[in-house]
Amino acid sequence: MSTFGSKRIVVGAHYGLRDWLAQRVTAVLMALFTVAVLTRFLMPGELGYDHWAGVFAPQWMKVLTFVAILALAYHAWVGVRDIWMDYVKSVGVRLALQVFSIVWLLGCAGWAIQVLWRL
Amino acid sequence: MALESFGFTPITQASTMTDSAKTRPVYRNIHVTQILSYRLPPAGIVSILHRISGLLMFVLLPFVVWMLDASLTSEISYDGFTNVFAAGVAGLPAWFVKLVTLGLLWAYLLHFIAGVRHVWMDVTHSVSKAQGHSSALVTLVLSTLLTLLLGAKLFGLY
Repeated sequence: MSTFGSKRIVVGAHYGLRDWLAQRVTAVLMALFTVAVLTRFLMPGELGYDHWAGVFAPQWMKVLTFVAILALAYHAWVGVRDIWMDYVKSVGVRLALQVFSIVWLLGCAGWAIQVLWRL
Repeated sequence: MALESFGFTPITQASTMTDSAKTRPVYRNIHVTQILSYRLPPAGIVSILHRISGLLMFVLLPFVVWMLDASLTSEISYDGFTNVFAAGVAGLPAWFVKLVTLGLLWAYLLHFIAGVRHVWMDVTHSVSKAQGHSSALVTLVLSTLLTLLLGAKLFGLY
């Protein structure tokens, strides 16, 4: 990426485009995950623990769920950060909220991944 | 996100430069506390609900992971999970747990459909006022109907 000469990029660092695209890509991944869970859950079988745990049992389903968890964390980070940026004007409070959001999301993601591979 | 319909509203601000200075429009966020005093079009309602539902799911994320944990870890924990919806947990009555779950269901459905609407608009360049209006109405009606349908199941009405 050139920062000088006739081909220099003069309009920002494309954070907006990156976040816009990331939110859509992660959303599509989560939508696919939703369809996969629903399809497997609605398969014929007696409702109960075995059926439910069976939904997440295959390795490919674990991998898809893992990807969906990471997508959710990234997606929620972009969205929640937008909310803090729009409504919280104090830099100190905003920083605190952003740090809290990262801890909240990483904590939940780690917990969910632990559940997944204990299965 | 910054250009969404709920996000900005033109207000006029008097300039202090000269007496004859014309007033210019200034674009600002509608503050959270002002939301209810605005009469938003359907697209604006979907837009702010998209944001509110997203924040709600963010706040309730540990509850979602707890549900995943309890329902998947073992048959014993699975029984504990179903028992929470029948007998409540930690002093909270079962109807309250169900109400929170209903809130999550609503948030997920609205956020999902509103998201599909966004991607559909991006892909097909459907950016006219009429399309935004009708797709917003579809989003509101569909998410409400699905929430009622699944909510009735959650509360054991069928």
